Amino acid sequence: MRAVAIAGLAALLAAGCQREERDLRLDPPVTAALDQVAPMANAVGGAPPDVLGALGEPYEGNAYNLSEGKRLYSWFNCKGCHADGGGASGPALLDGWWRYGSDPVSLFVTLRDGRQNGMPAYGDKLTTEQIWQLVGYLRTVGVSSASFAAPSRNDEMQSRPAENRAPASAELGTPPSR
Amino acid sequence: MRPHPRLAAAALLPLLTGCTGPQSALDPQGPNAASLAWLIWTFTAVCGLVWLLVLLTVGIALWRRRASSGAADEPLRPESATERRKQGVVIGAVVATVLIIATLTLMSFVATRSLTASSGEPLTVRLRGYQWWWEVTYTADSPDRFVTAANEIRVPVGRPVRLELSSGDVIHSFWVPSLAGKQDMIPGRDNVLTFTAERPGSYRAQCAEFCGMQHARMALVVIAMAAPEFESWLDAQRQPAAEPADEEQEAGRQVATGKACAACHTIRGTRAAGTVGPDLTHVGSRQTIAAGTLPTTRGALGAWIADPQTVKPGNKMPMVPLSADELRAVSAYMAGLK
Ligand code: HEC
Ligand code: HEC
Ligand SMILES: [Cu+2]
Repeated sequence: MRAVAIAGLAALLAAGCQREERDLRLDPPVTAALDQVAPMANAVGGAPPDVLGALGEPYEGNAYNLSEGKRLYSWFNCKGCHADGGGASGPALLDGWWRYGSDPVSLFVTLRDGRQNGMPAYGDKLTTEQIWQLVGYLRTVGVSSASFAAPSRNDEMQSRPAENRAPASAELGTPPSR
Repeated sequence: MRPHPRLAAAALLPLLTGCTGPQSALDPQGPNAASLAWLIWTFTAVCGLVWLLVLLTVGIALWRRRASSGAADEPLRPESATERRKQGVVIGAVVATVLIIATLTLMSFVATRSLTASSGEPLTVRLRGYQWWWEVTYTADSPDRFVTAANEIRVPVGRPVRLELSSGDVIHSFWVPSLAGKQDMIPGRDNVLTFTAERPGSYRAQCAEFCGMQHARMALVVIAMAAPEFESWLDAQRQPAAEPADEEQEAGRQVATGKACAACHTIRGTRAAGTVGPDLTHVGSRQTIAAGTLPTTRGALGAWIADPQTVKPGNKMPMVPLSADELRAVSAYMAGLK
Protein backbone atom coordinates (compact mmCIF):
# COMPACT_ATOMS: atom_id res chain seq x y z
CA MET A 1 0.00 0.00 0.00
CA ARG A 2 2.72 2.41 1.01
CA ALA A 3 4.82 1.46 -1.99
CA VAL A 4 1.90 2.19 -4.27
CA ALA A 5 1.39 5.60 -2.67
CA ILE A 6 5.09 6.46 -3.06
CA ALA A 7 5.09 5.34 -6.67
CA GLY A 8 1.99 7.41 -7.31
CA LEU A 9 3.57 10.53 -5.80
CA ALA A 10 6.76 9.96 -7.77
CA ALA A 11 4.71 9.72 -10.96
CA LEU A 12 3.07 13.02 -10.05
CA LEU A 13 6.50 14.61 -9.65
CA ALA A 14 7.45 13.45 -13.13
CA ALA A 15 4.73 15.72 -14.49
CA GLY A 16 6.99 18.62 -13.50
CA CYS A 17 9.51 17.46 -16.11
CA GLN A 18 7.29 18.50 -18.96
CA ARG A 19 8.68 21.55 -20.72
CA GLU A 20 7.44 23.70 -23.48
CA GLU A 21 8.78 22.59 -26.85
CA ARG A 22 10.87 25.07 -28.79
CA ASP A 23 10.70 24.50 -32.48
CA LEU A 24 13.91 26.13 -33.65
CA ARG A 25 13.94 24.91 -37.18
CA LEU A 26 11.04 24.41 -39.56
CA ASP A 27 11.54 22.18 -42.57
CA PRO A 28 11.49 24.25 -45.77
CA PRO A 29 8.27 22.64 -47.09
CA VAL A 30 6.52 23.61 -43.83
CA THR A 31 7.75 27.19 -44.21
CA ALA A 32 6.49 27.24 -47.78
CA ALA A 33 3.10 25.92 -46.65
CA LEU A 34 2.90 28.56 -43.91
CA ASP A 35 2.94 31.22 -46.62
CA GLN A 36 -0.23 29.79 -48.21
CA VAL A 37 -2.81 32.10 -46.67
CA ALA A 38 -6.02 32.63 -48.61
CA PRO A 39 -7.19 36.17 -47.82
CA MET A 40 -10.53 37.53 -48.98
CA ALA A 41 -10.62 39.78 -52.02
CA ASN A 42 -10.26 42.94 -49.90
CA ALA A 43 -7.17 41.45 -48.16
CA VAL A 44 -8.94 41.33 -44.80
CA GLY A 45 -9.76 38.01 -43.17
CA GLY A 46 -9.66 34.66 -44.91
CA ALA A 47 -8.48 31.11 -44.44
CA PRO A 48 -5.25 30.41 -42.57
CA PRO A 49 -2.88 27.79 -43.99
CA ASP A 50 -3.88 24.21 -43.03
CA VAL A 51 -0.41 23.51 -41.72
CA LEU A 52 -0.94 26.02 -38.90
CA GLY A 53 -3.54 23.75 -37.34
CA ALA A 54 -1.39 20.70 -37.98
CA LEU A 55 1.47 22.34 -36.07
CA GLY A 56 -0.88 23.01 -33.15
CA GLU A 57 -1.21 26.80 -33.44
CA PRO A 58 2.34 27.37 -32.21
CA TYR A 59 2.48 31.14 -32.63
CA GLU A 60 -0.01 32.22 -29.97
CA GLY A 61 0.37 29.59 -27.28
CA ASN A 62 4.14 29.14 -27.22
CA ALA A 63 6.18 31.46 -25.02
CA TYR A 64 9.35 31.03 -27.08
CA ASN A 65 7.64 32.11 -30.29
CA LEU A 66 6.02 35.04 -28.47
CA SER A 67 9.42 36.15 -27.19
CA GLU A 68 10.88 35.93 -30.66
CA GLY A 69 7.98 38.04 -31.91
CA LYS A 70 8.67 40.60 -29.23
CA ARG A 71 12.35 40.73 -30.17
CA LEU A 72 11.51 41.16 -33.86
CA TYR A 73 9.13 43.99 -32.98
CA SER A 74 12.09 46.07 -31.79
CA TRP A 75 14.67 44.61 -34.22
CA PHE A 76 12.62 45.66 -37.24
CA ASN A 77 11.71 49.01 -35.81
CA CYS A 78 7.96 48.61 -35.52
CA LYS A 79 8.54 50.84 -32.49
CA GLY A 80 9.56 53.67 -34.80
CA CYS A 81 5.97 54.05 -36.03
CA HIS A 82 3.79 52.22 -33.49
CA ALA A 83 5.75 53.01 -30.31
CA ASP A 84 5.25 50.34 -27.67
CA GLY A 85 1.88 49.54 -29.20
CA GLY A 86 0.27 52.77 -28.14
CA GLY A 87 0.67 54.21 -31.63
CA ALA A 88 2.53 57.18 -33.08
CA SER A 89 2.63 57.86 -36.80
CA GLY A 90 1.19 54.35 -37.17
CA PRO A 91 -2.05 53.31 -35.44
CA ALA A 92 -2.19 51.88 -31.92
CA LEU A 93 -1.97 48.08 -31.77
CA LEU A 94 -3.35 47.44 -28.31
CA ASP A 95 -6.55 49.45 -28.06
CA GLY A 96 -8.64 46.63 -29.51
CA TRP A 97 -9.61 48.63 -32.62
CA TRP A 98 -8.27 47.35 -35.92
CA ARG A 99 -8.45 48.92 -39.36
CA TYR A 100 -7.74 45.65 -41.11
CA GLY A 101 -8.76 42.99 -38.67
CA SER A 102 -7.02 41.21 -35.85
CA ASP A 103 -7.43 37.67 -37.12
CA PRO A 104 -4.19 35.86 -37.99
CA VAL A 105 -4.67 36.07 -41.74
CA SER A 106 -5.35 39.82 -41.79
CA LEU A 107 -2.32 40.48 -39.61
CA PHE A 108 -0.16 38.19 -41.74
CA VAL A 109 -1.19 40.01 -44.90
CA THR A 110 -0.69 43.40 -43.21
CA LEU A 111 2.89 42.50 -42.37
CA ARG A 112 3.82 40.62 -45.53
CA ASP A 113 2.26 42.92 -48.12
CA GLY A 114 1.91 46.20 -46.22
CA ARG A 115 -1.17 48.47 -46.18
CA GLN A 116 -1.86 51.39 -48.43
CA ASN A 117 -1.74 54.25 -45.92
CA GLY A 118 1.86 53.88 -44.90
CA MET A 119 2.43 50.40 -43.47
CA PRO A 120 5.55 49.08 -45.28
CA ALA A 121 5.65 45.51 -46.66
CA TYR A 122 7.97 43.18 -44.78
CA GLY A 123 7.73 40.20 -47.15
CA ASP A 124 11.31 40.61 -48.36
CA LYS A 125 12.77 41.51 -44.96
CA LEU A 126 11.27 38.85 -42.72
CA THR A 127 11.02 35.11 -43.22
CA THR A 128 7.57 33.54 -43.19
CA GLU A 129 8.17 32.06 -39.76
CA GLN A 130 9.20 35.43 -38.38
CA ILE A 131 6.03 37.04 -39.74
CA TRP A 132 3.96 34.41 -37.93
CA GLN A 133 5.92 35.03 -34.73
CA LEU A 134 5.10 38.73 -35.01
CA VAL A 135 1.44 37.93 -35.70
CA GLY A 136 1.32 35.79 -32.56
CA TYR A 137 2.92 38.56 -30.55
CA LEU A 138 0.56 41.26 -31.87
CA ARG A 139 -2.42 39.08 -30.98
CA THR A 140 -1.32 38.89 -27.35
CA VAL A 141 -0.28 42.49 -26.66
CA GLY A 142 -3.69 44.04 -26.45
CA VAL A 143 -5.85 41.09 -25.60
CA SER A 144 -8.96 41.36 -23.54
CA SER A 145 -8.95 37.68 -22.57
CA ALA A 146 -6.44 35.71 -20.52
CA SER A 147 -3.71 33.66 -22.16
CA PHE A 148 -1.49 30.93 -20.73
CA ALA A 149 1.65 32.00 -22.59
CA ALA A 150 3.53 35.28 -22.44
CA PRO A 151 6.79 36.56 -23.89
CA SER A 152 9.80 37.43 -21.76
CA ARG A 153 9.53 40.52 -19.59
CA ASN A 154 10.68 43.99 -20.58
CA ASP A 155 14.16 45.16 -19.72
CA GLU A 156 13.12 48.78 -20.09
CA MET A 157 10.48 50.62 -18.13
CA GLN A 158 6.93 49.50 -18.85
CA SER A 159 5.05 52.00 -20.94
CA ARG A 160 1.95 49.84 -21.22
CA PRO A 161 0.41 46.84 -19.48
CA ALA A 162 2.81 43.88 -19.55
CA GLU A 163 1.92 41.16 -22.06
CA ASN A 164 1.61 38.64 -19.28
CA ARG A 165 -1.05 40.69 -17.56
CA ALA A 166 -4.32 39.22 -18.59
CA PRO A 167 -6.59 40.68 -19.58
CA ALA A 168 -4.59 43.75 -20.62
CA SER A 169 -7.75 45.82 -20.72
CA ALA A 170 -11.24 44.91 -19.67
CA GLU A 171 -13.22 46.83 -22.25
CA LEU A 172 -12.67 48.64 -25.52
CA GLY A 173 -11.87 52.31 -25.24
CA THR A 174 -13.31 54.92 -27.53
CA PRO A 175 -12.62 54.24 -31.20
CA PRO A 176 -9.61 56.16 -32.54
CA SER A 177 -10.34 59.00 -34.94
CA ARG A 178 -8.60 58.50 -38.27
CA MET B 1 41.46 -5.02 -7.78
CA ARG B 2 45.01 -4.09 -6.98
CA PRO B 3 45.79 -0.37 -6.88
CA HIS B 4 47.93 0.82 -9.80
CA PRO B 5 49.57 4.06 -8.63
CA ARG B 6 51.64 4.42 -11.81
CA LEU B 7 48.64 3.93 -14.01
CA ALA B 8 46.71 6.49 -11.99
CA ALA B 9 49.56 9.00 -12.26
CA ALA B 10 49.78 8.40 -16.01
CA ALA B 11 46.04 8.94 -16.35
CA LEU B 12 46.36 12.30 -14.61
CA LEU B 13 49.20 13.47 -16.87
CA PRO B 14 47.00 14.53 -19.83
CA LEU B 15 45.32 17.01 -17.49
CA LEU B 16 48.55 19.03 -17.57
CA THR B 17 47.99 19.85 -21.25
CA GLY B 18 45.25 22.15 -19.98
CA CYS B 19 47.98 24.41 -18.59
CA THR B 20 49.19 25.71 -21.95
CA GLY B 21 47.58 26.47 -25.28
CA PRO B 22 45.71 29.46 -26.71
CA GLN B 23 43.27 29.74 -23.81
CA SER B 24 45.00 29.31 -20.46
CA ALA B 25 45.39 31.61 -17.49
CA LEU B 26 48.47 29.59 -16.52
CA ASP B 27 50.26 30.44 -19.78
CA PRO B 28 50.24 34.24 -19.65
CA GLN B 29 51.17 36.23 -22.78
CA GLY B 30 50.99 39.74 -21.38
CA PRO B 31 51.70 41.65 -18.15
CA ASN B 32 48.10 41.61 -16.91
CA ALA B 33 47.70 37.89 -17.34
CA ALA B 34 51.17 37.41 -15.84
CA SER B 35 50.29 39.27 -12.65
CA LEU B 36 47.10 37.20 -12.37
CA ALA B 37 49.00 33.97 -12.94
CA TRP B 38 51.47 34.98 -10.24
CA LEU B 39 48.54 35.61 -7.92
CA ILE B 40 47.06 32.18 -8.69
CA TRP B 41 50.35 30.40 -7.94
CA THR B 42 51.03 32.37 -4.73
CA PHE B 43 47.54 31.75 -3.39
CA THR B 44 47.78 28.07 -4.26
CA ALA B 45 51.18 27.72 -2.57
CA VAL B 46 50.22 29.60 0.61
CA CYS B 47 46.86 27.91 0.97
CA GLY B 48 48.40 24.52 0.19
CA LEU B 49 50.99 25.02 2.90
CA VAL B 50 48.38 26.08 5.44
CA TRP B 51 46.26 23.08 4.55
CA LEU B 52 49.22 20.73 5.07
CA LEU B 53 50.06 22.34 8.42
CA VAL B 54 46.47 22.07 9.64
CA LEU B 55 46.22 18.40 8.65
CA LEU B 56 49.56 17.71 10.31
CA THR B 57 48.41 19.37 13.54
CA VAL B 58 45.13 17.47 13.54
CA GLY B 59 47.02 14.23 12.99
CA ILE B 60 49.42 14.94 15.87
CA ALA B 61 46.59 15.93 18.19
CA LEU B 62 44.65 12.75 17.47
CA TRP B 63 47.72 10.62 17.97
CA ARG B 64 48.72 12.28 21.23
CA ARG B 65 45.23 12.16 22.59
CA ARG B 66 45.09 8.46 21.94
CA ALA B 67 48.54 7.91 23.48
CA SER B 68 47.66 9.80 26.67
CA SER B 69 44.07 8.73 27.18
CA GLY B 70 43.53 7.92 30.81
CA ALA B 71 42.00 9.29 33.96
CA ALA B 72 44.65 12.02 34.14
CA ASP B 73 42.60 14.27 31.85
CA GLU B 74 39.96 15.78 34.02
CA PRO B 75 38.11 18.25 31.78
CA LEU B 76 36.54 20.12 34.66
CA ARG B 77 39.82 20.69 36.46
CA PRO B 78 42.41 21.68 33.88
CA GLU B 79 46.06 21.95 34.74
CA SER B 80 47.07 25.55 34.44
CA ALA B 81 50.37 24.78 32.65
CA THR B 82 48.83 22.81 29.74
CA GLU B 83 45.97 25.29 29.66
CA ARG B 84 48.38 28.17 29.15
CA ARG B 85 50.19 26.26 26.42
CA LYS B 86 46.92 25.64 24.60
CA GLN B 87 46.02 29.29 24.90
CA GLY B 88 49.36 30.23 23.36
CA VAL B 89 48.76 27.90 20.40
CA VAL B 90 45.26 29.28 19.76
CA ILE B 91 46.40 32.91 19.96
CA GLY B 92 49.34 32.15 17.68
CA ALA B 93 47.04 30.49 15.13
CA VAL B 94 44.61 33.43 15.16
CA VAL B 95 47.41 35.94 14.66
CA ALA B 96 48.89 33.86 11.82
CA THR B 97 45.47 33.59 10.14
CA VAL B 98 44.85 37.32 10.32
CA LEU B 99 48.32 38.09 8.98
CA ILE B 100 48.10 35.62 6.11
CA ILE B 101 44.63 36.71 5.03
CA ALA B 102 45.55 40.39 5.27
CA THR B 103 48.67 39.83 3.14
CA LEU B 104 46.77 37.84 0.51
CA THR B 105 44.03 40.46 0.38
CA LEU B 106 46.56 43.22 -0.08
CA MET B 107 48.35 41.30 -2.83
CA SER B 108 45.10 40.65 -4.63
CA PHE B 109 44.15 44.33 -4.31
CA VAL B 110 47.47 45.56 -5.69
CA ALA B 111 47.41 43.06 -8.55
CA THR B 112 43.85 43.90 -9.61
CA ARG B 113 44.56 47.61 -9.40
CA SER B 114 47.58 47.26 -11.65
CA LEU B 115 45.27 45.74 -14.29
CA THR B 116 43.65 49.06 -15.14
CA ALA B 117 46.93 51.00 -15.27
CA SER B 118 48.35 51.36 -18.75
CA SER B 119 51.46 52.98 -20.08
CA GLY B 120 51.40 54.71 -23.46
CA GLU B 121 48.58 55.78 -25.76
CA PRO B 122 46.05 52.91 -25.73
CA LEU B 123 44.12 51.63 -28.72
CA THR B 124 40.43 51.92 -27.83
CA VAL B 125 38.18 49.14 -29.07
CA ARG B 126 34.48 48.81 -28.32
CA LEU B 127 33.22 45.31 -27.76
CA ARG B 128 29.49 44.72 -27.58
CA GLY B 129 28.02 41.35 -26.73
CA TYR B 130 24.88 39.98 -28.36
CA GLN B 131 23.20 36.61 -28.14
CA TRP B 132 25.51 34.93 -29.35
CA TRP B 133 28.17 36.92 -31.12
CA TRP B 134 30.48 39.91 -30.59
CA GLU B 135 30.46 43.26 -32.33
CA VAL B 136 33.91 44.86 -32.48
CA THR B 137 34.36 48.57 -33.23
CA TYR B 138 37.83 50.06 -33.66
CA THR B 139 37.65 53.71 -32.70
CA ALA B 140 39.64 56.52 -34.27
CA ASP B 141 39.97 60.29 -33.83
CA SER B 142 36.77 60.88 -35.80
CA PRO B 143 33.67 58.68 -35.88
CA ASP B 144 33.68 58.41 -39.68
CA ARG B 145 36.94 56.50 -39.42
CA PHE B 146 35.53 53.94 -36.97
CA VAL B 147 35.58 50.38 -38.27
CA THR B 148 32.99 47.78 -37.31
CA ALA B 149 33.70 44.07 -37.54
CA ALA B 150 32.70 40.97 -35.59
CA ASN B 151 33.89 37.94 -33.69
CA GLU B 152 37.59 38.72 -33.94
CA ILE B 153 39.77 41.39 -32.32
CA ARG B 154 43.12 42.29 -33.85
CA VAL B 155 45.57 44.22 -31.71
CA PRO B 156 49.10 45.55 -32.18
CA VAL B 157 51.80 43.81 -30.14
CA GLY B 158 53.18 45.86 -27.25
CA ARG B 159 50.53 48.58 -27.31
CA PRO B 160 47.94 48.70 -24.50
CA VAL B 161 44.41 47.98 -25.65
CA ARG B 162 41.49 49.62 -23.88
CA LEU B 163 38.38 47.51 -24.36
CA GLU B 164 35.08 49.27 -23.72
CA LEU B 165 32.63 46.49 -22.94
CA SER B 166 28.87 46.73 -23.28
CA SER B 167 25.95 44.49 -24.04
CA GLY B 168 23.03 44.71 -26.44
CA ASP B 169 20.76 42.25 -24.66
CA VAL B 170 21.65 40.15 -21.60
CA ILE B 171 24.73 39.93 -19.37
CA HIS B 172 27.79 38.48 -21.08
CA SER B 173 31.38 38.33 -19.89
CA PHE B 174 34.59 38.72 -21.86
CA TRP B 175 37.45 36.43 -20.92
CA VAL B 176 40.70 35.96 -22.80
CA PRO B 177 42.67 34.00 -20.17
CA SER B 178 46.07 34.25 -21.88
CA LEU B 179 45.93 38.06 -21.87
CA ALA B 180 43.68 39.34 -19.08
CA GLY B 181 41.11 38.57 -16.42
CA LYS B 182 37.35 38.35 -16.85
CA GLN B 183 35.17 41.41 -17.19
CA ASP B 184 31.37 41.38 -17.32
CA MET B 185 29.38 43.06 -20.08
CA ILE B 186 26.24 44.49 -18.55
CA PRO B 187 23.29 46.02 -20.42
CA GLY B 188 23.15 49.77 -19.88
CA ARG B 189 26.64 50.02 -18.45
CA ASP B 190 30.15 50.42 -19.89
CA ASN B 191 32.95 48.42 -18.34
CA VAL B 192 36.60 48.85 -19.24
CA LEU B 193 39.33 46.24 -19.53
CA THR B 194 42.92 47.08 -20.41
CA PHE B 195 45.50 44.57 -21.58
CA THR B 196 48.69 44.36 -23.60
CA ALA B 197 49.79 41.46 -25.76
CA GLU B 198 53.53 40.94 -25.60
CA ARG B 199 53.94 38.34 -28.31
CA PRO B 200 52.27 37.89 -31.69
CA GLY B 201 49.79 35.03 -31.76
CA SER B 202 46.14 34.00 -31.61
CA TYR B 203 44.47 33.80 -28.24
CA ARG B 204 41.05 32.35 -27.71
CA ALA B 205 38.42 34.19 -25.70
CA GLN B 206 35.07 32.91 -24.53
CA CYS B 207 31.90 34.37 -23.09
CA ALA B 208 32.17 33.60 -19.38
CA GLU B 209 28.66 34.37 -18.17
CA PHE B 210 25.81 32.07 -19.08
CA CYS B 211 23.72 33.99 -21.57
CA GLY B 212 21.32 31.50 -23.11
CA MET B 213 21.14 28.56 -25.41
CA GLN B 214 24.31 29.13 -27.42
CA HIS B 215 26.53 30.52 -24.66
CA ALA B 216 29.01 27.69 -25.33
CA ARG B 217 29.39 28.76 -28.96
CA MET B 218 30.15 32.37 -28.19
CA ALA B 219 33.89 32.50 -28.66
CA LEU B 220 36.25 35.08 -30.09
CA VAL B 221 39.86 35.15 -31.23
CA VAL B 222 42.25 37.89 -30.21
CA ILE B 223 45.01 38.13 -32.79
CA ALA B 224 48.12 40.07 -31.83
CA MET B 225 50.19 41.28 -34.77
CA ALA B 226 53.18 43.58 -35.32
CA ALA B 227 52.17 47.26 -35.22
CA PRO B 228 52.82 48.14 -38.90
CA GLU B 229 50.97 45.01 -40.03
CA PHE B 230 48.08 45.95 -37.78
CA GLU B 231 47.86 49.46 -39.26
CA SER B 232 47.69 48.17 -42.82
CA TRP B 233 45.13 45.56 -41.80
CA LEU B 234 42.99 48.28 -40.20
CA ASP B 235 43.24 50.40 -43.35
CA ALA B 236 42.03 47.46 -45.39
CA GLN B 237 39.09 46.93 -43.02
CA ARG B 238 38.15 50.57 -43.44
CA GLN B 239 37.55 50.03 -47.17
CA PRO B 240 34.05 49.17 -48.44
CA ALA B 241 33.33 45.58 -49.48
CA ALA B 242 35.35 44.08 -52.33
CA GLU B 243 33.70 44.15 -55.76
CA PRO B 244 32.56 40.74 -57.01
CA ALA B 245 35.41 39.04 -58.90
CA ASP B 246 33.24 37.05 -61.31
CA GLU B 247 29.68 36.46 -62.43
CA GLU B 248 28.92 33.98 -59.69
CA GLN B 249 29.97 36.43 -56.99
CA GLU B 250 27.96 39.15 -58.73
CA ALA B 251 24.90 36.91 -58.51
CA GLY B 252 25.76 36.32 -54.86
CA ARG B 253 25.76 40.03 -54.19
CA GLN B 254 22.27 40.24 -55.72
CA VAL B 255 21.11 37.59 -53.24
CA ALA B 256 22.78 39.17 -50.23
CA THR B 257 21.38 42.63 -50.95
CA GLY B 258 17.98 41.62 -52.33
CA LYS B 259 16.90 38.97 -49.83
CA ALA B 260 16.21 39.18 -46.11
CA CYS B 261 19.99 39.15 -45.41
CA ALA B 262 20.13 42.88 -46.10
CA ALA B 263 17.60 43.63 -43.36
CA CYS B 264 19.94 42.23 -40.71
CA HIS B 265 23.47 42.59 -42.08
CA THR B 266 25.56 45.52 -43.25
CA ILE B 267 27.85 45.13 -46.23
CA ARG B 268 29.46 48.54 -46.62
CA GLY B 269 29.43 49.76 -50.21
CA THR B 270 26.18 47.94 -51.00
CA ARG B 271 22.62 48.70 -49.99
CA ALA B 272 22.67 46.04 -47.27
CA ALA B 273 22.52 48.16 -44.11
CA GLY B 274 20.86 46.05 -41.41
CA THR B 275 22.30 46.41 -37.94
CA VAL B 276 20.97 43.47 -35.95
CA GLY B 277 23.47 40.90 -37.24
CA PRO B 278 27.27 40.93 -37.63
CA ASP B 279 28.82 43.32 -40.17
CA LEU B 280 29.73 41.21 -43.22
CA THR B 281 31.83 43.77 -45.14
CA HIS B 282 35.01 41.74 -44.66
CA VAL B 283 33.58 38.47 -43.38
CA GLY B 284 35.85 36.43 -45.68
CA SER B 285 38.95 37.85 -43.99
CA ARG B 286 37.97 36.57 -40.55
CA GLN B 287 39.24 33.23 -39.23
CA THR B 288 35.88 31.92 -38.06
CA ILE B 289 32.16 32.55 -38.52
CA ALA B 290 29.30 32.45 -36.04
CA ALA B 291 31.53 33.31 -33.07
CA GLY B 292 34.10 30.56 -33.43
CA THR B 293 31.64 27.89 -34.54
CA LEU B 294 33.07 27.17 -38.01
CA PRO B 295 36.25 28.10 -39.91
CA THR B 296 35.65 30.68 -42.65
CA THR B 297 35.70 28.53 -45.76
CA ARG B 298 33.34 28.69 -48.69
CA GLY B 299 31.90 25.32 -47.71
CA ALA B 300 31.32 26.33 -44.11
CA LEU B 301 29.70 29.59 -45.22
CA GLY B 302 27.39 27.59 -47.46
CA ALA B 303 26.49 25.22 -44.63
CA TRP B 304 25.83 28.12 -42.28
CA ILE B 305 23.67 30.13 -44.65
CA ALA B 306 21.75 27.04 -45.79
CA ASP B 307 20.77 26.00 -42.30
CA PRO B 308 21.97 28.14 -39.39
CA GLN B 309 19.58 26.48 -36.94
CA THR B 310 21.21 23.08 -37.38
CA VAL B 311 24.75 24.43 -37.08
CA LYS B 312 23.98 26.54 -34.00
CA PRO B 313 20.47 25.73 -32.76
CA GLY B 314 18.56 28.68 -31.37
CA ASN B 315 20.81 31.40 -32.74
CA LYS B 316 19.09 34.54 -34.00
CA MET B 317 19.73 34.06 -37.72
CA PRO B 318 16.76 32.38 -39.41
CA MET B 319 16.92 29.98 -42.31
CA VAL B 320 16.28 32.15 -45.38
CA PRO B 321 14.86 30.00 -48.20
CA LEU B 322 17.34 30.00 -51.11
CA SER B 323 17.62 27.92 -54.26
CA ALA B 324 20.75 25.80 -54.74
CA ASP B 325 22.16 28.31 -57.23
CA GLU B 326 21.47 31.26 -54.95
CA LEU B 327 23.14 29.47 -52.06
CA ARG B 328 26.22 28.63 -54.12
CA ALA B 329 26.47 32.20 -55.38
CA VAL B 330 26.00 33.87 -52.01
CA SER B 331 28.58 31.68 -50.30
CA ALA B 332 31.09 32.41 -53.09
CA TYR B 333 30.42 36.12 -52.63
CA MET B 334 30.82 35.93 -48.84
CA ALA B 335 34.08 33.97 -49.13
CA GLY B 336 35.35 36.69 -51.49
CA LEU B 337 34.66 39.52 -49.01
CA LYS B 338 38.28 39.61 -47.87
C1 HEC C 1 7.09 53.66 -41.46
C2 HEC C 1 6.23 53.49 -40.33
C3 HEC C 1 5.78 52.07 -39.96
C4 HEC C 1 6.58 51.01 -39.60
C5 HEC C 1 8.10 50.93 -39.56
C6 HEC C 1 5.68 49.94 -39.26
N1 HEC C 1 4.39 50.35 -39.41
FE1 HEC C 1 2.74 49.23 -39.08
N2 HEC C 1 1.56 50.71 -39.82
C7 HEC C 1 2.00 51.97 -40.18
C8 HEC C 1 0.87 52.73 -40.66
C9 HEC C 1 0.94 54.19 -41.13
C10 HEC C 1 -0.25 51.89 -40.57
C11 HEC C 1 -1.70 52.21 -41.00
C12 HEC C 1 -1.86 51.73 -42.40
C13 HEC C 1 -3.21 51.97 -42.98
O1 HEC C 1 -4.10 52.42 -42.29
O2 HEC C 1 -3.38 51.67 -44.18
C14 HEC C 1 0.23 50.64 -40.04
C15 HEC C 1 -0.60 49.54 -39.80
C16 HEC C 1 -0.19 48.43 -39.13
C17 HEC C 1 -1.07 47.36 -38.72
C18 HEC C 1 -2.56 47.30 -38.98
C19 HEC C 1 -3.27 47.97 -37.85
C20 HEC C 1 -4.77 47.89 -37.98
O3 HEC C 1 -5.42 48.69 -37.31
O4 HEC C 1 -5.27 47.05 -38.73
C21 HEC C 1 -0.30 46.45 -38.05
C22 HEC C 1 -0.78 45.16 -37.43
C23 HEC C 1 1.05 46.93 -38.07
N3 HEC C 1 1.10 48.12 -38.71
C24 HEC C 1 2.13 46.26 -37.49
C25 HEC C 1 3.44 46.64 -37.69
C26 HEC C 1 4.58 45.83 -37.31
C27 HEC C 1 4.52 44.49 -36.59
C28 HEC C 1 5.69 46.51 -37.70
C29 HEC C 1 7.17 46.05 -37.59
C30 HEC C 1 7.52 44.87 -38.31
C31 HEC C 1 5.25 47.75 -38.31
N4 HEC C 1 3.89 47.78 -38.29
C32 HEC C 1 6.10 48.70 -38.80
C33 HEC C 1 3.31 52.43 -40.10
C34 HEC C 1 4.41 51.65 -39.84
C1 HEC D 1 16.90 38.13 -38.83
C2 HEC D 1 18.24 38.58 -39.06
C3 HEC D 1 19.17 37.83 -40.03
C4 HEC D 1 18.93 37.49 -41.34
C5 HEC D 1 17.65 37.67 -42.14
C6 HEC D 1 20.17 36.92 -41.83
N1 HEC D 1 21.10 36.90 -40.84
FE1 HEC D 1 23.03 36.25 -41.01
N2 HEC D 1 23.27 36.49 -39.01
C7 HEC D 1 22.35 37.03 -38.14
C8 HEC D 1 22.84 36.92 -36.80
C9 HEC D 1 22.12 37.38 -35.53
C10 HEC D 1 24.12 36.29 -36.89
C11 HEC D 1 25.04 35.91 -35.73
C12 HEC D 1 24.70 34.49 -35.34
C13 HEC D 1 25.55 33.95 -34.25
O1 HEC D 1 26.78 33.83 -34.45
O2 HEC D 1 25.00 33.62 -33.18
C14 HEC D 1 24.36 36.07 -38.30
C15 HEC D 1 25.54 35.52 -38.81
C16 HEC D 1 25.83 35.45 -40.17
C17 HEC D 1 27.12 35.10 -40.71
C18 HEC D 1 28.39 34.82 -39.89
C19 HEC D 1 29.08 36.13 -39.62
C20 HEC D 1 30.23 36.04 -38.68
O3 HEC D 1 31.19 36.80 -38.85
O4 HEC D 1 30.21 35.24 -37.74
C21 HEC D 1 27.02 35.12 -42.08
C22 HEC D 1 28.10 34.84 -43.09
C23 HEC D 1 25.64 35.47 -42.38
N3 HEC D 1 24.96 35.67 -41.20
C24 HEC D 1 25.11 35.57 -43.67
C25 HEC D 1 23.76 35.77 -43.93
C26 HEC D 1 23.17 35.67 -45.25
C27 HEC D 1 23.93 35.39 -46.53
C28 HEC D 1 21.84 35.89 -45.10
C29 HEC D 1 20.75 35.85 -46.15
C30 HEC D 1 20.59 34.61 -46.85
C31 HEC D 1 21.60 36.17 -43.68
N4 HEC D 1 22.78 36.08 -43.02
C32 HEC D 1 20.35 36.47 -43.14
C33 HEC D 1 21.14 37.58 -38.49
C34 HEC D 1 20.52 37.44 -39.72
CU1 LIG E 1 27.55 33.75 -22.60
